Amino acid sequence: MSTIKSSEHIAGHAKSGSTPLGRRMGRLGLELLGILFTIIVFWIPFYFIIVNALKSTQESADLSLALPSTYHLWENIMTVVQARNYMLLRAFWNSSVLTIVSVLALVILCGMAGYVMQRRRDRLTPTLDLLILVGLIIPPAIVPTIWVLDGMGLFKTMPGLILVEVALNFPFCVLLYKGFMAAIPREIDEAAVIDGCGGFRLFFNIILPLLQPVSATVIVLCAVTIFNDFANPLYFLPGSANVTVQTTLYNFKSQYVTQWNLLFTNILLITIPPLLLFLFFNKRIVAGMTAGSVKG
Amino acid sequence: MNRVFRRTYSYWFLMPAAVIYFVIFLLPTVMSFFFSFTRWTLADWEFIGLDNFVMFFQEQSLRIGFQNTLIYAVVTCGLKVILGLLLGVLLTSRLRTRNYLRSVIFFPTLISTIAVGIAFSMMMHPTQGIINTALGWAGLPGLDWLGDTRVALLSIALVDVWKGVGFATVIYIAGILSIPPDYYEALQIDGGGAWHKFWNIIVPLSRPATNSVIILSFIGGLRSFDLVWAMTQGGPGFTTDVIASIIYKQYQGGFYGLATAGNVILFVIVTVLAFPLYRYLNKREVDL
Repeated sequence: MSTIKSSEHIAGHAKSGSTPLGRRMGRLGLELLGILFTIIVFWIPFYFIIVNALKSTQESADLSLALPSTYHLWENIMTVVQARNYMLLRAFWNSSVLTIVSVLALVILCGMAGYVMQRRRDRLTPTLDLLILVGLIIPPAIVPTIWVLDGMGLFKTMPGLILVEVALNFPFCVLLYKGFMAAIPREIDEAAVIDGCGGFRLFFNIILPLLQPVSATVIVLCAVTIFNDFANPLYFLPGSANVTVQTTLYNFKSQYVTQWNLLFTNILLITIPPLLLFLFFNKRIVAGMTAGSVKG
Repeated sequence: MNRVFRRTYSYWFLMPAAVIYFVIFLLPTVMSFFFSFTRWTLADWEFIGLDNFVMFFQEQSLRIGFQNTLIYAVVTCGLKVILGLLLGVLLTSRLRTRNYLRSVIFFPTLISTIAVGIAFSMMMHPTQGIINTALGWAGLPGLDWLGDTRVALLSIALVDVWKGVGFATVIYIAGILSIPPDYYEALQIDGGGAWHKFWNIIVPLSRPATNSVIILSFIGGLRSFDLVWAMTQGGPGFTTDVIASIIYKQYQGGFYGLATAGNVILFVIVTVLAFPLYRYLNKREVDL
């Protein structure tokens, strides 16, 4: 990120030595235009969701942008949370377990895999690289996956869904780890081996701590992806006992056809976790996404 | 040293991830080729040859999925490239509001697709939706965005672009910032204007970014399911069904063989289109 910053600085200076008044006015116009654009295209939809989550059922039926005459946010939250015997709380619990366990597994397993795949270049390397590329591009085969999970007794179970998330996010994460491993000098490994470190201690005591920046990226990106995942829970974890936040929202869509305020409250509640991640890790998310895509 | 090397970088480290990846992803992918030729109920299968594929090409409600998937992928991909490039240029210029603009444009990438789909289907409501209300103020006729069979798929594609353009933009920002400043200096000495800068420097030299955006959004477009499902469930009728939503419908109906045939078709389309595209784009990059 820091190298990008500095080149940006240079590029900015090279563009314009002096700024005459006309050009400055033009730039001011461009800034105002940009802000106007974001208000119309982005803030109005956000505002629309928030303002309708504040309303009573009757007022939200208009689907308008008008401010509510009375505020019902707390009441709406309580109704949504208590609906169907606290389904939303179960959903939040399930989604949290799914996200946390999958992300931890991805960090450890992909870290180990990336470590070996970057350091060891041999006959297997081209095949392994191809298999990873395949995983990035090919859509997963749904029903055969159900068949495999069913055969292992893991269909409709949380461990089964966790395995699916790990398998499907593995190619992207391992690419990030491989890319970062390339920047860790081999001399570190050699010194450790000479000091009598085995591969296991080398990885867990020395390499894994050094991978911390890319691990942070993997954690944030995968947490958002898995928390927002809809299709995989829909297929591999059906049933009302096993809901996740996304499938709950989808179910509420048909339940609340006449109570849009509650639907918007639900949307608001499940957007809070990604919003918090965004506020704290914005830079890291952007850096990880661009690094992953440019290399991949 | 070779023995030490092999022990230090033992393939045992790769094993846990490789086993999961193999069993949960690669094995089902390979098996899908077999099961697509069967009538299948998880417990039991019967070989029926090419019947599933024939059905896919003959049945109008299934065939429409191909057309829609391609239209959807091309439209979303094209708009993301154009808008991403323009926004990328804007957001690397010396605007004081640059960071604010970047954050706002990027944020929708992180919201749940289902939430975005539901919110937009409310805004696209034919009589009460705010989009038609706003058009009414401007004296323009409104559209039945999701109910009119001619525009429904494009409406969903537009929402997809709304959600995904931030990602395309950050890739372009990274690409534009990696252009060496010498080029701008040379242009200044030669007396080129803003248009020259855009067309003769930024567009050709941000080529790697363009390739990434094309590949990622094209593949994403071919595979898209969540947004279509949240907004129309393939309706009205079958007019917005894409292959992924057809797979889900056949799965729900218990036609596992047919659903798997859909998966194989999607596999083939992605492979036939994406791999050559990938290679072609990478070659262009080298020629440059």
